[in-house]
Amino acid sequence: MSLIHFQKVSKIYSPKSIALDEIELKINPQEFVSIVGRSGSGKTTLLKLLIAEERPSKGRIFFDKDDIHRLKDSQLPRLRRRIGVVFQDFKLLPQKTAYENVAFAMEAMGSPEREIKETVAQVLELVGLSEKTLSFPDELSGGEKQRIAIARALVHQPDVILADEPTGNLDPIHSWEIIRLLLKINELGRTVILSTHNKEIVNTLGKRVISLDSGRIVRDEENGKYMLY
Amino acid sequence: MLINFVRIIKAGWTNFWRNFWLSCATVSTMIIAIFVFTGLLLSNVLTDKLIRSIQDKVDVSVYLNKDITESDIVLIKQELLKMSEVTMVEYVSKDDALNQFRERHKNDPLIIESLEELGENPLQAILNVKAATPDSYKKIAEFLEQDKYKDMIEKVNYRQNEAIISKVFQISDAMKKTGIVLSIILALIAGLVAFNTIRLAIYSAREEISVMRLVGASNWFIRGPFLLQGIISGTAAALINWIVFFGVTWRISPQINNFLPGSDIFHYYQTNLFQMLLILLATGIALGAFSSYIAIRRYLRE
Repeated sequence: MSLIHFQKVSKIYSPKSIALDEIELKINPQEFVSIVGRSGSGKTTLLKLLIAEERPSKGRIFFDKDDIHRLKDSQLPRLRRRIGVVFQDFKLLPQKTAYENVAFAMEAMGSPEREIKETVAQVLELVGLSEKTLSFPDELSGGEKQRIAIARALVHQPDVILADEPTGNLDPIHSWEIIRLLLKINELGRTVILSTHNKEIVNTLGKRVISLDSGRIVRDEENGKYMLY
Repeated sequence: MLINFVRIIKAGWTNFWRNFWLSCATVSTMIIAIFVFTGLLLSNVLTDKLIRSIQDKVDVSVYLNKDITESDIVLIKQELLKMSEVTMVEYVSKDDALNQFRERHKNDPLIIESLEELGENPLQAILNVKAATPDSYKKIAEFLEQDKYKDMIEKVNYRQNEAIISKVFQISDAMKKTGIVLSIILALIAGLVAFNTIRLAIYSAREEISVMRLVGASNWFIRGPFLLQGIISGTAAALINWIVFFGVTWRISPQINNFLPGSDIFHYYQTNLFQMLLILLATGIALGAFSSYIAIRRYLRE
């Protein structure tokens, strides 16, 4: 059974601005999927629909057994805890230290303090930032910020990691660090959905690639390549 | 549940200190807002005193016939006190009236001399009648003008003073009303200024709020710390105002007392110190919490 299922999903902002057009898509547990396409092809909209930040104009989206857009507002936090999101601009809380940023996701879940301490330490170790726990985001480099963001996405042990152009603001060396980290997370059993327009990364990964153009899926291949039109 | 509560409080407290300058700005505007509230409150106490002291001066004097007996005086007094409108009846005997007259004119030898010349007391006994409301005076006057009192009472001075009495009440009523309307408007403005400052503070945190939502925090978990920051700001502003007004009333009380004898505002503040603290805290906390709640609402909507 698929973990995520987009059923003929359209997102229409206005008749002239159709972000997604009848998307049909299944993603299985523990898959590593890259979504590629130019800016404005609909990648970000697709991800926003999945975390219920926006509603589809038509169609349904299933996560596990839940129809995401039939969930009540009060049930959304529960859904979002099963999906860890990593953004291009990191979106860390500037007033919190690295440790607190990561711990926040668990605090929001109401996890006990001892468990938070242990898990956050483990996750920070996994992303290689054990020494920076007390730094504020301002004091970290771009690559470090993104690794903190990944740690935060991971800390409540979600089923899926959504990475929306996580390397967009980073230089090639740091970009590769992030991608290797995502691969490692995938090996640990999480589904990873990576949206990117970095050709080199996609071509080297050798994983499933879904190509979007003007709101449609134009290609969906195992071991795919980044194709330009 | 309990752990969430503790975390919310911890987060609100830490955020308040980490955003020190932003918090300072919020507290400052709230100090001003609460200062206006408290100032209005105290000035209302003062106007109330002023109005009451003016209205207290209004009364109706009943000039009694010279040959009236003690028992008749007691009778009239009792009848008057039976009326619900009457709040006080004061009897001034002939001798008292003379003494008062002498006291009033002690610096005027001519009058004192002519009084000596006259040999006897030319003054009449008087009943001074006070009523709660201005329209009662008319009723009292009409009551005393009944035929059965004709032989006992020479004159009721209401008719002569009718216009002045109603004017005094008109002016003091107008003062009261203007005071209330002005207070409401000023309080509203002060409240809006404080609300806007908090709104801007929360506006500057809108990105953070959206991130918290995406990370899976519930609305109350996000809202709580902001509410607490508002409450801390309100409490701080209230406490500062409490101390400030201690000094302000101490400083201005003598001057005001010159204008309005018997209105010791410092004394009033001292005796109501605890109530003032409660009122200030309630205003500050309500303003802070309510403003934060309203301001954050739009960032928590789906």
